[in-house]
Amino acid sequence: MSAVEISGLSAGYRGRTVVSDVSAGIESGGWLGVIGPNGSGKSTLLKAVLGLVEHTGRVLVDGRAVTGLRHRDRARSLGYAPQLPQLPVGLTVTDYVLLGRTPHTGLLGRESGTDLDVVAEVLHRLDLTRMADRKLPTLSGGERQRAVLARALAQRTGVLLLDEPTTGLDVGHAQELLDLVDRLRHEQGTTVVTTLHDLTMAGQYAERLLLLDQGAVTAEGTPEEVLTADTLEEHYTARISVLRAPDGSPVVAPVRAAEPRRRA
Amino acid sequence: MSELRAGTAVTDGSSGAPERGARPRRNALRPVHVLCGLAVLVALTLLSALIGAADLGWQRVLAEIGAQLTGGRSPLSGREAAILWQLRVPRVVLASLVGAALAVSGAAFQGVFRNPLADPYLLGAAAGAGLSVTVVVTTVPQVDLGSTGLAQLAAFGGALGGVGLTWLIGRSAGPDTATLVLAGVAVGAFLTAAQTFVQQLRVESLQRVYMWILGNLSTSGWDEVLVVLPTSALAAVVLCACSRLLDLLGTGDEEASALGVRPGRVRALVLVAASLATASAVSVAGLIGFVGLVVPHLVRLTAGGSYRVIVPLSLLFGGSFLVGADMLARTVMAPAELPIGVVTAFTGAPFFALLLRTNRTR
Repeated sequence: MSAVEISGLSAGYRGRTVVSDVSAGIESGGWLGVIGPNGSGKSTLLKAVLGLVEHTGRVLVDGRAVTGLRHRDRARSLGYAPQLPQLPVGLTVTDYVLLGRTPHTGLLGRESGTDLDVVAEVLHRLDLTRMADRKLPTLSGGERQRAVLARALAQRTGVLLLDEPTTGLDVGHAQELLDLVDRLRHEQGTTVVTTLHDLTMAGQYAERLLLLDQGAVTAEGTPEEVLTADTLEEHYTARISVLRAPDGSPVVAPVRAAEPRRRA
Repeated sequence: MSELRAGTAVTDGSSGAPERGARPRRNALRPVHVLCGLAVLVALTLLSALIGAADLGWQRVLAEIGAQLTGGRSPLSGREAAILWQLRVPRVVLASLVGAALAVSGAAFQGVFRNPLADPYLLGAAAGAGLSVTVVVTTVPQVDLGSTGLAQLAAFGGALGGVGLTWLIGRSAGPDTATLVLAGVAVGAFLTAAQTFVQQLRVESLQRVYMWILGNLSTSGWDEVLVVLPTSALAAVVLCACSRLLDLLGTGDEEASALGVRPGRVRALVLVAASLATASAVSVAGLIGFVGLVVPHLVRLTAGGSYRVIVPLSLLFGGSFLVGADMLARTVMAPAELPIGVVTAFTGAPFFALLLRTNRTR
């Protein structure tokens, strides 16, 4: 539905450059996984694509420069879920997901029946219908992440930028959430960009991976190309072995030091 | 993994578009809440007009109100009618306006700062008005604090000056709201210290300043009402219109921006409207505490947590709360009056504590 072209994107905070000269292209309906060690600039890259931080360079969505768009129009083409979303305590799941309709309603206006229908559909899709009237603080970790995703989906954008969508989820819930995103991508042709810290899962779901280290792209390609022991060991300063799952996909396994120190 | 994708593809083909659930219920203002709020406000306003230091007799006041509405013959003497229409009724109307202005401003401040402890005086409005009034009282000893004019102007200007100073300092330090709150604390402490200093220079002014700080709704007619009405109406319109955006601000600045809203502009608009209303309320009624802090919470606990509910209901119940409190202030020790600030805290605090308790056990 929407192809994304990032070229020469640099970004930072208060004059300090965090991401420098990143270029990447994602075809319509593709999934780009952004990986890299802590502090490598993954989140900043997503925020720069959204225009939330100072940046230079260009981001094109379907050939249109995002920086030239009005705020509302930008919010109609790029959906975003942050790594640590702030959940307003007083709102129900429905109220919260309805906030995702903001770029489609009048600035001060109330939501139309169409907006409520979109929310109903999103809640149904994410299996949140039963929790529609629950207050946000009463949700479990997995339900919370789904509610945040639901809000981003309610924006009805061609591109979804998800910053660590599986934060705090166990492996089953993480899989469930990523399956949902993947299904959406196939059904609606949504283009997906996620940062992910779980390298194995990043390789399983993303079509292409972008490895950031100290704000610069150090590797880019298919999961098989990027997830190699040499590359990962170098940039993560870790001991890593890349195994193969039965289907041939890479499994990134940490390796314990050969001689662990023992305490008497 | 490839199997999983193949499986997904099969369900895609068979299920087609996902079916729609029933429309979910949004947390909107319900007619029952508004009717309740209006009924309480009207009932308290009427009751408040019937009771007062001058014993006009409630049947005769009712008859007078009926006569005014239908054009019949007034049962009251000219002097009694003047007491009713030039003293008592404007005072009741003023109480409802001041209460509504303070409560809705409190709700707005709590939304903007995402802080349940925020109240309309958070950004230095109270301290600014306090200093300003103290300076006027000490330099112009004959000024009448109970009437329109210099003291009101001083309070209004002082309140806005305090907020403006906070805004300037906060902006120069950083863009986030926590900085603004801290700047408000600093400005409040500084202005209060200055006020105390001025007050100590003229100890004889102490009692008058103190009475003003405790709040006072006595009027000399409809002038005070005309002072508060425009800013309260403006704040009511702006804040009701922005209530959905206050919910959105609760998700944080980045998410609000990602949804196409400019959080800085929304905050500025809301704070200007709320501060104007607060300043005019302070200018006619002094520093009435507790209303702006607690009424939004009472609404939140009973009617729901969305600002679309909290803002309009805070208007109605803030008005009712202060009308009721003023009625008690006028009658409990009649003909003497209790300071209204004492009544709001004395009645509001236990009620609030009770509500917190029942809400917890529910």
